[in-house]
Amino acid sequence: MTDHHIILRVVAKVLIPFIALYGFYVQFHGEYSPGGGFQAGVILAVSLILYSLIFGIAPTMRAVTPGFARAVAAIGFLLYACVGIAALIGGGNFLDYDALVDEPVGGHLGQHLGIILIEIGVLMAVAGSMTAIFYAFAGRVSEIRDEDW
Amino acid sequence: MTGNEGAAEAIDLLNVGLLSILFIVAIAMARLRSLFAIVMLSGIYSLVSATWFVALDAVDVAFTEASVGAGISTALFLAAMVLTSRTAKPEKGATKIIPLLVVVVTGAVLVYATIDLPGFGDPSSPANTHVGIEYLARTKAEIGIPNVVTAVLASYRGFDTLGEVGVVFAAGLAVTLLLGFGERALGSSLSQGAGPAGQGSESSSEGGEVADD
Repeated sequence: MTDHHIILRVVAKVLIPFIALYGFYVQFHGEYSPGGGFQAGVILAVSLILYSLIFGIAPTMRAVTPGFARAVAAIGFLLYACVGIAALIGGGNFLDYDALVDEPVGGHLGQHLGIILIEIGVLMAVAGSMTAIFYAFAGRVSEIRDEDW
Repeated sequence: MTGNEGAAEAIDLLNVGLLSILFIVAIAMARLRSLFAIVMLSGIYSLVSATWFVALDAVDVAFTEASVGAGISTALFLAAMVLTSRTAKPEKGATKIIPLLVVVVTGAVLVYATIDLPGFGDPSSPANTHVGIEYLARTKAEIGIPNVVTAVLASYRGFDTLGEVGVVFAAGLAVTLLLGFGERALGSSLSQGAGPAGQGSESSSEGGEVADD
């Protein structure tokens, strides 16, 4: 990384934490406003990709290893499926969140718990998969020089 | 006087303006040969369509289009472009005509199909009369969250969403299996001694495995 990217680097350093924070906002405010796990996962992955475009792919891979990204993707998908199986064990249908918690009729705790858990699963699966896809492409060239553009 | 006179005309004008921008961007993408410019224009195309979706009150779709279309697709296209050449080969002669014919015929079929569609916001359209009304009426009592879109996506249609997440995961897995795990960049930088000692011991072992084969 050469010095003439200094404006990009300074601006990105300020922006990236806010992008990641916005991703979490989209995730946990999804009950009230547009958004949810899919968008939040993509925004989180984008914050990582922006970092790697500006500071290089190798430091990004040291911070968030490719193996970690793949594990997050797999665990997210499994978490979603396990919520469904937990509902089966609780005596309901697959992904019937009412069966997750033993509560009186009309209670919404099971629904809230189920939705939050599966949204976290979606977030992990999407963010991990997108990061893994980007790593697979970007990892094939060690360093992008300015002349390459 | 409600203060809303001319609102419909203004929205029509906005729609026409946004669709014209989309048309111009699409023509420019078809004419250009520089892949970098095409990737950037595809990002612009996604962003303008996201704006248009907001004008159509489809905020969730707009959000997804902006983050997926303008955000991650552009980055992935760029990453893919680095692996190939920077310009597309110019087509010549008959190969130019056939795509044009396909596009015109497909477009005509699509325009013909839209004649059967209900009008925009039509209260008697199937989407607004059957199951959509049910979801709106029952979400508050059954799920208890304010955002009906989230309720439909995560609870009523939870099984569909599980399938979507499976598709995303399968796509990540397929790309990873086809292109390799991407640790080559890390491995080469570590073997050059660029990586500071004591950082990411796990990743250095992974990089070593890739360097071995």
